[in-house]
Amino acid sequence: MYQSLAWATSLVVMAVVAIVFLYFVASSRTRADDGAHTASARWRSGIFWGLSIAFVPLIGYSLVDMPYPLPGNASANPIVVQAVGRQWSWTLSQDHFPAGRTIEFHVTADDVNHGFGIYDDHLRLVTQTQAMPGYTNILRHTFATPGTYRVLCLEYCGLAHYAMMTQFTVEAASVAQSPEVRHD
Amino acid sequence: MTDTTTVARATPEVRLYAALTGIVLLLLMLFGVLMRLAQSEWMTIGPDRFYQLMTAHGIGMVAIATLGGSAVLWHFLGQHVALRRGAAIANLAFFLAGVAVVLWSIFAGGFAGAWTFLYPLPAHPMGMWTRGAAAGYLVGVLLVGVGMLVFFLETTRAILQRYGSFAVALGWKMLRSGDKRDAPPPAVLAGTVVSIANLLAVFAGAAILTMMLINLYLPQFAISALLAKNLIYFFGHVAINATIYMAVIAVYEILPRYTGHPWGVYRAFVLAWNATLLMVLVVYPHHLLMDFAMPLWAVIMGQVVSYTSSLPVLAVTLVGTLANIHRSGIRWDLTSGLLVLSIFGWSAGIVPAVIDGTIAINQVMHNTLWVPGHFHFYLLIGCVAMILAFINWLSHEQAPARFGVLQGGLFWLYALSALGFVLMFLYSGHASVPRRFAVHLPEWQGYDRIASGFALLVLAAATLIVLPAVLRIAGGRGSGARAAGT
Ligand code: HEM
Ligand SMILES: [Cu+2]
Ligand SMILES: [Cu+2]
Repeated sequence: MYQSLAWATSLVVMAVVAIVFLYFVASSRTRADDGAHTASARWRSGIFWGLSIAFVPLIGYSLVDMPYPLPGNASANPIVVQAVGRQWSWTLSQDHFPAGRTIEFHVTADDVNHGFGIYDDHLRLVTQTQAMPGYTNILRHTFATPGTYRVLCLEYCGLAHYAMMTQFTVEAASVAQSPEVRHD
Repeated sequence: MTDTTTVARATPEVRLYAALTGIVLLLLMLFGVLMRLAQSEWMTIGPDRFYQLMTAHGIGMVAIATLGGSAVLWHFLGQHVALRRGAAIANLAFFLAGVAVVLWSIFAGGFAGAWTFLYPLPAHPMGMWTRGAAAGYLVGVLLVGVGMLVFFLETTRAILQRYGSFAVALGWKMLRSGDKRDAPPPAVLAGTVVSIANLLAVFAGAAILTMMLINLYLPQFAISALLAKNLIYFFGHVAINATIYMAVIAVYEILPRYTGHPWGVYRAFVLAWNATLLMVLVVYPHHLLMDFAMPLWAVIMGQVVSYTSSLPVLAVTLVGTLANIHRSGIRWDLTSGLLVLSIFGWSAGIVPAVIDGTIAINQVMHNTLWVPGHFHFYLLIGCVAMILAFINWLSHEQAPARFGVLQGGLFWLYALSALGFVLMFLYSGHASVPRRFAVHLPEWQGYDRIASGFALLVLAAATLIVLPAVLRIAGGRGSGARAAGT
């Protein structure tokens, strides 16, 4: 889960930074002769370039997983759902989906910017895209787990921004095979 | 102390900037505390009031951090180039006029479009504010922008007058010749980078503010929502980053007085500042990673650059700070403590920021409290710590005052409560709590309450640091001057 990964990584790296600072603060109390200080000017450059080089593979790795609807990740037979936000409600063209099928949300807004954020029943943010007037953002997602999902607004849109919610249901695949489910 | 550099006495305008920054900072922190208390349901604040406070806190903090950073820049740049006082006064006048109009639009007119006034929200208030209030907000921000224009045109003019060209002031001459004597002082290098970046930001900001003003009264003059977003985030991103790039001059200039080692301007340092100038201008699309309508190349650039743009200046400053204090026999007091803390806050705060700049992670963290989490980290523990250090230093007759028990306690109170406060934002973001929610679901209020406690302590510590310092400055004592430490 990306959230836990982000939190754990941040804590570890921030703790390392803190320890480095505490070490240098502790070392700062005694004064060395000036020769030692010239030497430290030399490792200064070393650390700088080391830090810089360490970043390059990180950047590359970070681009591996992209949420955008690229031709490569198009699904053969998605269920297309129109999602429209307005101050302060959501309209979904349907609100029951089968688990395991790719759902393609076509997200837009009538008035101002909104954010289309999908939360699972543990209130965990699953995925999101912006809902903008004049643009349609395509968000693809395949729900693995059945349950009740909530849509929260994730872009500030005025007085009732915090209350702009709706929900939909993801049903186990067998239920979803029933004929009333529309296949676009 | 071995350092014997004598500094010019702080000018009245610098003292005024510093004192004003301190006081307004406390007021805006109080607004922040109120928001946290409301989310905790420890205090009843209606959503309309909450969003007014949020708007005032956001725009106010960006503006006051700019003013505080400008004080640092003006003070130290002024020791190398001939600045004309009139520009600083004019900037302050525009600033105060703009702030008055903005405050009126928010608290009398009800404007609550958030400090980012994302188009077209100001024109869609749903009865929450009037058109006049929206216009007032845009005009007020424009006025502050005009002040910045005057201020940074003056710093640019003075730098060019003294150094002849950007090539010298940006250190290119030193890069070519390799001669340390060609190196610009850190305040000049940073000042040049900030002046150029902020002038560009002001132009972009003025463009979108004007367009939106016209649109308010002539709705048929429509703007692309995506273009508006690009312009607003360009302006906002550069302006907020520039506050750190100005305030950090306090570290370059004051810390050496405590350690007795001058701040070295070496090749990597010059390169880093030049790289940052370039990158700060192209990084802003990282705010738009969830705008799938953005061209793919732009968001990838946004991500790559947000990884790298933070790095150069931060890395040279981080390494430079550690090298500067290492076995230096530094004298610790509130000023030097806050300066070193600020570099910790900036360095550590960049970590969650960079992580959030990763597209796959942004997908599930964007617009959660993770975002205020990382920017409060490097603004509260980074930028504001630099500014507090500057104010405190300015207020003292002699630079190093001994770190008594009281001062030590105050320092750790500020550092630890601020750390607790920002970690609660980050923790809530990791738990998917959205940002900018006036009312929080019961599941989230536990985090809010812990954060409220920390927030109150931050406010208390900041008050105990700022008030005595401002009183000393107002009383005409202290100069941040004389021969430091002699
Ligand atoms: C005691 C110190 C502070 C407290 C208690 C505080 C509290 C808050 C709170 C509760 C929010 C709204 C979070 C949400 O989205 O739910 C917020 C937003 C914000 N804060 Fe602070 N803050 C503090 C200091 C600062 C400082 C020092 C700065 C900048 C220099 C700053 C800049 C901002 C900005 C730009 C926002 C975004 C407003 C928006 O979302 O429109 N804050 N703060
Ligand atoms: Cu909305
Ligand atoms: Cu909203």
